[in-house]
Amino acid sequence: MIELKGVTVKSGSFVLPNISFQILSGEYAVLMGTSGRGKTTLLESICGLRRVAEGQVLIHGRDVTRWSPADREIGYVPQDLALFPKLSVLEHLEFALRLRKLSREVVTERTRELSEVLGIGHLLSRSIAGLSGGEAQRVALGRALSFRPSVLLLDEPLSALDESTRYEMHELLRRVKQTTGVTTLHVTHSVSEAESLADRCFWLAADGIQERPLSQIC
Amino acid sequence: MDAKNPWRSRRTSDALFFLVMGGISATFILLIVLLLVADVMFTSPSEFYRALAKPEIRAALQLTLFSCTVAAILSVWVGTPLGYLLSRYSFRGRWVIDTLVDIPIVLPPLVLGLSLLILFHQPIAGWQLESALRDGLGFPVTYRWPAVVLAQFSVACAFSVRTMRVTFDQMNPRAEEVARTLGCTRGQAFWRIALPQASRGIVTAFTIAWARALGEFGPIMVFAGTTRMRTEVLSTSVFLELSIGNLDAAVAVSLLMVMLAVVVLVVLRVLGTGLNS
Repeated sequence: MIELKGVTVKSGSFVLPNISFQILSGEYAVLMGTSGRGKTTLLESICGLRRVAEGQVLIHGRDVTRWSPADREIGYVPQDLALFPKLSVLEHLEFALRLRKLSREVVTERTRELSEVLGIGHLLSRSIAGLSGGEAQRVALGRALSFRPSVLLLDEPLSALDESTRYEMHELLRRVKQTTGVTTLHVTHSVSEAESLADRCFWLAADGIQERPLSQIC
Repeated sequence: MDAKNPWRSRRTSDALFFLVMGGISATFILLIVLLLVADVMFTSPSEFYRALAKPEIRAALQLTLFSCTVAAILSVWVGTPLGYLLSRYSFRGRWVIDTLVDIPIVLPPLVLGLSLLILFHQPIAGWQLESALRDGLGFPVTYRWPAVVLAQFSVACAFSVRTMRVTFDQMNPRAEEVARTLGCTRGQAFWRIALPQASRGIVTAFTIAWARALGEFGPIMVFAGTTRMRTEVLSTSVFLELSIGNLDAAVAVSLLMVMLAVVVLVVLRVLGTGLNS
């Protein structure tokens, strides 16, 4: 469960004021709103990359507001993916698992399972240079899901993809939702993405955040 | 403008552009080439080998290779974390540190040497750095080879910090941030993500520091002295040979330094610095 209680984030002259909402365990929520409203800032605050000036961030009821990103156990896929230029696809999937000092067998089994779900088994030995947009998205998603986080944050993950790849990724995200039950907050501008994936939809505006019925977002 | 034929007019304009830009650029390239040609024409192979055969010059060459390499390694060792901190973090007083780093670059070389000398010999409440190192650790610095390395390091490190800062500035910090969400501490994100990406920058910083150390003269003369077979490096050899009127040997040593610099630059570029790409 993701819960924000009166969260205010300040960055220079930009202020994201008094945000409160709750996403229940296993729900898939989309966050929409015009550009520059602070959607990315909000995701960064939840995963700990941006300091929260006021309020609380709770993950499964625990106040993680002052926790380091490493301790929050949140999978995060940023808009630019930020893949690691020196690592292979396999090393991306293994990265978080190796940090947790899991056994070789567990790491191998988990990366096999992930690459199967994501359809990137044939790419494992490749470096990230030269991956297509869809392939890079799958790797970033695999990296974020590798350590079985209970919360997944996606920042416009499909915005740079062509139409057919986007539909493939919709399918994949639905499969991830069903198989992992991970609580997801997905930032998007796309109504079709929201309709296709979301259980709930939030709208970030100048005066704060509101939940909107999915039928009203079109 | 030729209204009847704009295509030809544009082509003439482009040709003029390359002529002016190329002409201005060529003056500097020509100056360097002429300097080298003049040096080569001034000396002869026999003079060059005679200079190289002198035990003082051989000792100076060995000390130069050793001290430049140590100074460059230390410069990268210090420049990498400092460049990273300056690039990645905003903190109170960062501009002060940023300015301090540049001081060795803008300081007159003799002043830097003098400052090092004073630092090591200034008594502070009855305590003196040089005496403490000599008596406490058995490692005297002034007028010995460590002074050569320290004098070279003081300037070379400033260049190394600048190079590493630019390297980290050009790298997207996002990858390190994502690594932290995956479980990395800040240190692990630095070691596992930032440092491997900075490998080319590290090689470049090493190259620049090494080349800078090779050319250092003023601080070495003041802080390490110019004792033959002890603290003489190739830059001081040129000065010593000139001071005794041996112009041929001075030019021969100069050419040796040019060759060393070229070899180091070429080898490190081949190693993949990407400077030539």
